[in-house]
Amino acid sequence: MSQIAPAPALSVPAATTRARARRSGMRGKWPVIILFLPPALLLFTLFVILPMGEAAWYSFFNWNGYGLPDQWVGWKNYELIFRQSAFRNALVNNGLIIVASICIQIPLALWLATMVTKHIKGALVFRLIFFLPYVLADVAAGMIWRFVYDGEFGLVANIAEFFGQEPPFWLADKNVAFYAVLGVIVWKYFGFHMMLFIAGLQAIDKSVLEAADIDGATGWQKFMKVTLPLLGSTVRLSVFFAVVGSLQLFDMIMPLTGGGPSNSTQTLVTFLYSFGVMRMQVGFGSAVGVVLFVICVTLAFSYKRIFMRND
Amino acid sequence: MTDTAPPIDAASAPTSGHSLGIRTRTYLYAALLIVAAVVLVPLVTTALGGFKTLGDLRGNAFGLPQTWMFSNYTDILVSQRYWLQMGNSLLIAGLTVFLVLTLAAMAAFVFAHVKFFGSQHLLNYFLIGLMFPAATAILPLFIRIRDLGLLDTYWGVVLPQAAFGLGMSILLFRNYFRGMPLELFDAAFVDGAGYFRFFWHITLPLSRPIIATVGIISFVGSWNSYILPLILLNSESKYPWPLGIMVYRGEFSTDWQLILAFITLTITPTIIVFFVAQKHIIAGLTAGAVK
Repeated sequence: MSQIAPAPALSVPAATTRARARRSGMRGKWPVIILFLPPALLLFTLFVILPMGEAAWYSFFNWNGYGLPDQWVGWKNYELIFRQSAFRNALVNNGLIIVASICIQIPLALWLATMVTKHIKGALVFRLIFFLPYVLADVAAGMIWRFVYDGEFGLVANIAEFFGQEPPFWLADKNVAFYAVLGVIVWKYFGFHMMLFIAGLQAIDKSVLEAADIDGATGWQKFMKVTLPLLGSTVRLSVFFAVVGSLQLFDMIMPLTGGGPSNSTQTLVTFLYSFGVMRMQVGFGSAVGVVLFVICVTLAFSYKRIFMRND
Repeated sequence: MTDTAPPIDAASAPTSGHSLGIRTRTYLYAALLIVAAVVLVPLVTTALGGFKTLGDLRGNAFGLPQTWMFSNYTDILVSQRYWLQMGNSLLIAGLTVFLVLTLAAMAAFVFAHVKFFGSQHLLNYFLIGLMFPAATAILPLFIRIRDLGLLDTYWGVVLPQAAFGLGMSILLFRNYFRGMPLELFDAAFVDGAGYFRFFWHITLPLSRPIIATVGIISFVGSWNSYILPLILLNSESKYPWPLGIMVYRGEFSTDWQLILAFITLTITPTIIVFFVAQKHIIAGLTAGAVK
C-alpha cells in the first residue's frame, strides 16, 4: 500500500487570465508540449487508466488469465461477490476502521496535538516519537505487532503470565482478532493525524485565543468555542485520510492475520488478494476491483462536495 | 493551493503557550509519557528480543537479555540476503524517484506555463489517479506487465509505481511552478529565452524545496511498498525488504528471536534517516496531505 494517501485537492482553479495572456507570449509552445507531456501521459495511461478500464471489461468474464478472455458471464461475478460472507466481512471491517478512526484516533491525535504545541520541555521529542510509527513500513509494523500479540513469546503472553493468566492468542481468535488489528492501525497512524492537527493549530491566529483569555474563558471553553471550530477544515481532512487509508489497507493485515481467522479481519483489498489474485480468478478479482473503485470515487466525490466545499 | 504560503513546519519549536501550573504540567507529562511508552515499547522489545535466545524470550519478553546473543544480528549482517534485499529496495526506490521527478516536473511545467486547448482536462485526467489505490486494478496490471515481458524485473515494479505517483507529483509541482513570480517569466521572455531554457535555467534551480518534497514522498512510498512487488516479482533474489521479511518469517516461523533481529535490521535505516532528516521528512510527508 502506498502510504501516501491522495490529497482531496481534485479540482484545480483556473488560471487568472492576466497570467495566461502574458504567458502565452513566449514563442514556440508546441515543441515543449510535444516533448514534455507525452512521457508522463504514456506511463500514466498505460499503467493506471488502461488497467482500470480493463478491469471493468474482464469483470464480465470467467478467466484464469491465460489465453484470451472468452467465457462471458455477464454480471455473475458481481453477484458472486455480494453473496460471499467474506466480502460482507471486508465491507463491514472497512466501515468499522473508519468509525474507529473517527471516534478514537482523531480525538486522540487532536488531544496530543494540543499538548505538544504547548510550551513545555521535550515537546519536539514527543512529536518525533509519535510520528515514528507512521514512517515505518506497514509490513514491518504488522510483523512487530504479530510478535507483541504472540501467545507464546509475545508481550501480551508475558503480561498475561505475570498476572497468572492463561496467555491469550488474540490474532487466532475470530472474535478478538479484528480489534487487535484496530489497535495496530491506531498505533501506526495517530502520529500522522497529530501532525495534521499541529499544522492546523499553528495556523490559528493567536490573538483570537488572547481575546478569549481577556474575556475570562477557561481552557476547555477556549478549546470548544474557539480552537475546535477553527480546526474544522483539518478535522475534515483528517477524516478524509482515515477513509482513504481504510479503503487501501492491505500491507499491515498480511503479516498480522492475512485476513483470517475465518475471514474475520478481511478488508476489501485483502479480499481481492485472497479470492482474486491467489486463485488467479481474473474476472472475479477485477469485479472486486471495480466495486472498490466505485466505492472510492463515490466517497471521494460526495465527501468533497458535502463536507469540503469551503476548504 | 499555491506554494507561496510558508511551508508547513510541523517539526519546529512550539510557539504558543503560557507558563503552566505544576499540577497541569505533571498530568501533561504523565499522559505524554504513557503514549510514548505505548509507541516505543513494541519497538524497543523487538530490538532487544533480537539479542535473546528463544527460551529467554518466552518468559522475559520485556527485560534485558540474560545472555546477549550478538550472533543473531551478526549472522544476518554477514548473510547475502539482507544486503541484497536492501539493495533491491534502494534500486527500485531510486529508479522510481528518478522517473517520477523527471516526468512529473516536465508535465507540470507545461500545465503551469503553457496555454493550449484542453490543458485543464488533461490535468484533471492525471488527477483521476488520486482517487483510487493501485490495488483496484492489480490483476489487469499483472497481465499487462506479463504481456510486456516485464514480470519479475525491476522495471516491471518501477513503471507502475511511478505511474501511480504521477498524479500527486504533477499537482504538487504545478502548484509550486505557478506560485513563482511572473516577473521571472517576463524577464526570460524579454531576454528571448525559450521554454526549454526557462525550464532548465530558471524553474528547476528555484524548485529545490518541491523537488525534495516529491522525492521524499516517492522514495518513502516505494521503500515501504509491498503489494506491487508481491504480485509482480517472483524470484527471491529481486525481492525488496518488505517481501523479504515475510519470506524470512515463513522460513523461521517460530524462531522469533531471529525474526525480531531481522525486522530490527530492516527498519534501522528508516529510523536513522528519520531522525537525521526529521524536519524534511515530516514536512514532506504532510505536504502531500495539506496541499
